[in-house]
Amino acid sequence: MNKSKLSILFYAYGNPGRMDDGLGNEFVERFELWTKQQGLRNFLFDSNYQLNIEDAEEISDKDIVVFVDASEEDIEDYLLTEVDGSSKVSFTTHAASPGYVVQLCEKLYKKKPKVYLLHIKGYEWEFKEGLSQKAEENLVKAIEFIKEKFQYPEKLL
Amino acid sequence: MTKKITIEPVTRVEGHGKVTIHLDENANIVQSRLHIVEFRGFERFVQGRPYWEAPVLVQRLCGICPVSHHLAAAKALDVIVGAGTGNGLTPTGEKMRRLMHYGQTFQSHALHFFHLASPDLLLGIDADPAIRNVIGVILNFKDLAVQGVMMRKFGQEIIRATAGKKIHGTGAIPGGINKNLSLAERDEFLYGADPLNIDKMIEWAQASVDLFKAYHKDHSDMIDNFAKFPSNHLSIVREDGAMDLYHGVLRAIDTNGKKILHDVDYQDYLEYIGEEVRTWSYMKFPYLREFGKKDGWYTVGPLARLNTCDFIPTPLAQKECEIFKAYTHGKPNNMSMHMHWARLIELLHSAEMMKELLNDPDIMGDDLVTKGTKQKEGVGVIEAPRGTLFHHYRINDNDQIDMANLIVSTTNNNQPMNNAVRMVAEKMMTGHKEITEPMMNAVEVAIRAYDPCLSCATHALGKMPLEIALYDKNNILIDKKRS
Repeated sequence: MNKSKLSILFYAYGNPGRMDDGLGNEFVERFELWTKQQGLRNFLFDSNYQLNIEDAEEISDKDIVVFVDASEEDIEDYLLTEVDGSSKVSFTTHAASPGYVVQLCEKLYKKKPKVYLLHIKGYEWEFKEGLSQKAEENLVKAIEFIKEKFQYPEKLL
Repeated sequence: MTKKITIEPVTRVEGHGKVTIHLDENANIVQSRLHIVEFRGFERFVQGRPYWEAPVLVQRLCGICPVSHHLAAAKALDVIVGAGTGNGLTPTGEKMRRLMHYGQTFQSHALHFFHLASPDLLLGIDADPAIRNVIGVILNFKDLAVQGVMMRKFGQEIIRATAGKKIHGTGAIPGGINKNLSLAERDEFLYGADPLNIDKMIEWAQASVDLFKAYHKDHSDMIDNFAKFPSNHLSIVREDGAMDLYHGVLRAIDTNGKKILHDVDYQDYLEYIGEEVRTWSYMKFPYLREFGKKDGWYTVGPLARLNTCDFIPTPLAQKECEIFKAYTHGKPNNMSMHMHWARLIELLHSAEMMKELLNDPDIMGDDLVTKGTKQKEGVGVIEAPRGTLFHHYRINDNDQIDMANLIVSTTNNNQPMNNAVRMVAEKMMTGHKEITEPMMNAVEVAIRAYDPCLSCATHALGKMPLEIALYDKNNILIDKKRS
């Protein structure tokens, strides 16, 4: 992995007390450890139960942001998609969607980082800690994918 | 024969809710109900777990207000470890918890007003939904939106500093706290660069109260009469009658202000409060036993707290409290939309409390935990942002939890939210056979005033679909809308 000067934030959201809902949080924990071992200081990390309005400020000074979330969607194992402020405003709850945070960032701070959402497929959501076996496999694949993808982060801009 | 309208779930409310409205053949409302699919599995889930895990385990309930559950559980376990009820902790233990709690209340109230309620209030309930959202607020009131973001951020940083981390905070432990505040942390909150310092937060909180009052002056008819109905009110208050969101005695007043629950110890809450199960809703209906299921229901939350307390023990909020109480000539305020006013006064109070605590040297002390003689059972009650929250645990000889009972704020507000829906439905929908956007939103506005956290009530994973359906006199679906 090259020594990029880009400021790159990986931001997970989910509840690790609800099994696979914590996939994003676990991703961040493991990937952060790996980047530290590699001496990649431009990779920044955060984790929370859900996204919210203050995250618009947090992403405003980054070059690339990758939100990481567990997914119930019909995907194989993981999926990286682009997020932009044109995503549907879905602030229908006390939490916010990635697209909403991006839109807030654009409107409030006039900043437009490149934003992605890494979806990692989950299967079980009970009141327990720990991932299901299949989710664990998907997590490992997703981490390897991101390591490869961020070899040259400038290409992602 | 009746027609039934269903609204589900409610936008900008966490969890899953559904409103059904039954009409007769002349389109008169004969019944309206707010249904919430409450899942009570959590109480069973914690059975068998070591009691000291509870303050962390309960955060699995809800990612919206984990701090409230964390502290309510810790308070219940204070009793179990023999540290007393509320006043048995070390000064550092209690004040760190208070700081965490007021930080949580501050960020929660800021979020609710600036990003959930303000689109309705600033842009109008019947404004085009395409602009009646926070983006519309930004376009018209950008400074206000930025303030909301930064107030949230300040509160979140207080939580991080006191609870230890954002997810599964461990700050509060049975009998106390596991960390103090460092001098550097304290100074950052007190003297940090603008806007992230406590004086700026107080200034903005005061401005938000002023903003509401100015809006109220110009829209008093709507604010005063929208979903107004008589209610009992319940909260904890400090023993001298002051507002205290962290600890106190249980007080309830009736709609005329007469005290009907006389500052009792919440360890005995089961003597005074029952929970009714109704066949049509999974969410229970709490009530004061002395007054029965029909008349004993009550409101909790900011409006109730302003009504039950005798005064607020911080100067700026007390000044606003006096204006608030004077508006109803000292009588209880039963205007649902005044919940927003009360919430903003509490926002100001929380900011003032944070400053008071940050300036208290005890917050940096080293004596963190109290130990005592172990008990088998304990109750923890806290005034969560949305209202009174009860946690009750009993343990066995192996230190495992063998009974847990939780009454969350949103459950306490079950009947008042139902009443608010009915008031609005009767006003907006009588004589109509179709659901219009203003009708839908009016119902949602009524529910949103209570800031319900259906995630707490349902223990759902934050899913929030919305559907409105209309049923004819034969209970057959004839119209359905989803937003």
